[in-house]
Amino acid sequence: MTVDSRLAGLREPQVQRQKSSLFRQSLKRLMKNKLAVAGFGVVVFMFALCFIGPFFSPYADNKINMAMMNKAPSLQHLLGTDALGRDILTRVMQAGRISLTVGLASMVLSVFIGALLGAVAGYYRGIADQIIMRIADLLMTIPGLPLLFIFGALLSEWKVPTDYRMYIVMLMLSIVNWPGLARMVRGQMLSLREREFMQAAVVLGLRDSRKLFHHLLPNVVPLLIVMATLNIGGAILSESVLSFFGLGVMPPTPTWGNMIDAANNMIDFQDHPWLWIPPGLSIFATVIAINIFGDGLRDVLDPKQKR
Amino acid sequence: MSTYLTKRLLYMLIILFAASLLIFILYASTPGDFITGNIKLTAERKAELREIYGLNKPVLERYGIWMNNAFHGDFGYSLAQQKPVLQLFNDYIWNSFLLAAVSTFLTWVIAVIVGVISAYKQYSWFDTLVMVAIFAAMSLPSFFIGLFLIKILAVDLKWLPPGGMITTGSHATGLAYLKEVVRHMALPVVVMTLLGLGSLTRYFRSNMIDVLKQDYIRTARAKGLKERKVLFRHALRNALLPAITLVGFELPALFGGSLIIEQIFNWPGIGQLYMKSFGLRDYPLLMGFTMFIAILTVIGTLLSDILYRVADPRVRL
Repeated sequence: MTVDSRLAGLREPQVQRQKSSLFRQSLKRLMKNKLAVAGFGVVVFMFALCFIGPFFSPYADNKINMAMMNKAPSLQHLLGTDALGRDILTRVMQAGRISLTVGLASMVLSVFIGALLGAVAGYYRGIADQIIMRIADLLMTIPGLPLLFIFGALLSEWKVPTDYRMYIVMLMLSIVNWPGLARMVRGQMLSLREREFMQAAVVLGLRDSRKLFHHLLPNVVPLLIVMATLNIGGAILSESVLSFFGLGVMPPTPTWGNMIDAANNMIDFQDHPWLWIPPGLSIFATVIAINIFGDGLRDVLDPKQKR
Repeated sequence: MSTYLTKRLLYMLIILFAASLLIFILYASTPGDFITGNIKLTAERKAELREIYGLNKPVLERYGIWMNNAFHGDFGYSLAQQKPVLQLFNDYIWNSFLLAAVSTFLTWVIAVIVGVISAYKQYSWFDTLVMVAIFAAMSLPSFFIGLFLIKILAVDLKWLPPGGMITTGSHATGLAYLKEVVRHMALPVVVMTLLGLGSLTRYFRSNMIDVLKQDYIRTARAKGLKERKVLFRHALRNALLPAITLVGFELPALFGGSLIIEQIFNWPGIGQLYMKSFGLRDYPLLMGFTMFIAILTVIGTLLSDILYRVADPRVRL
């Protein structure tokens, strides 16, 4: 029997118990923060509304209805109709599906890239660190919005089918967002790798991948969860800016951003505010809820960080 | 310190060089150019123009020419406006600076006042209100809040003009001109201030909370100093000092304009110039602008690090 497996046998149950109690502790503390709980409630509500809501809408087929063009909000259409007679409430919910998915997916992707590259850079140092961090520096030097605009213009000219554009928008946002995350993870790694438990891991002769993924990265997870949460809000905002300027996800795929595009039309802007105000308020409500919840999470998971 | 600075400057140059290459290649691979977009031209004329502007040469050769000229202080000619890029920057940048300087000033003043009060009264109803407002400000989609305010304050209530810097066709001079510009500035400045307020207020609030917990504050109170003196003499100074490191990060925003706000409010600044040129694919201008922001970012970061050292001599560079 190797030392490692004998130790593992001794260690496992204890670690398990501690983990669940830490989780329960954090949850308990989070529940005490009423503002954060309310934020979480709003996020869940927005997700439920967007993903389940359209099933209960009689207008989910988006049929063009010439008799109902640009009608103001009424009992029949709670938020009015657009130029093609489609129900705005249903459109907002369907657009929310895309906007929320893009926000979530691009967050997952940037956290994945950022954590992996940051961990590798911080753990191995040397040449890997140099290459990764220099690329991160470079990407952070070039202003984000022009960079996204260029990517968006490339997309338009490559004739990417509109159905696929949302996936590439996710990728674009991740390319712009990962350097910040990588830098943070790397900083954590630099201090963690000098700690005693890592010396123990070296003495045990563990493989690099085990040290990295079982001993180092789990220590960064609380911080990553916080960053990831706040990142979703940012990604939703960026997507809406891009789509508003016609460089992100394009119609007929609706997103909150490209629905606000209606405001670029003088007549719709002045006389049909129900076309563009509801999606804007949806973005605002979702992002503020996510930010408040993320801040509550930070208080619980990352006590060292100041408010 | 001086070896640090030399090393740092060298690294800055390398990063800027790499950034310039990346920027050039990205714009060069953006399809379409200024000439393709012009449908009035015949095929021969287009080829001729490409020859004149050197657009038919390989990308790396074009990059070499661009860089060489840039080193001689020539960032090329805007194709759409037929003026040197640098002259255009000079024409537009000050409009952007006006907007940015006023809103940055307002943001800092309001953030300090609100942040300090809410830290002093931590957990009061005022503090809770401020916290919610901070989150609201951080979650605003900038273009939407701009449109929303134009719709309500300019279109419906007609209190303020909806956009531009002066009224169309106006020839006002002197004081009347000033008044006109101020009225046009009001909305974009309010939006930019709102957008910046969130994170900065939060920063000052948390700084102040930290400082108020320090031993020297207790000492000051124990000495029997007036609360006002403790707050302004002992606490505020120490809470504000670290903020000078943020000054560097404001640099790109101060001179680089704001793409979104200027576009929404039709403000004749450098950000709007970029947005207009982007549609026209006016590459010399686009590249010049992006490079300009990159340079400001790098200088700003360096400035921040140096100021950090000035603020806290314990930090060794």
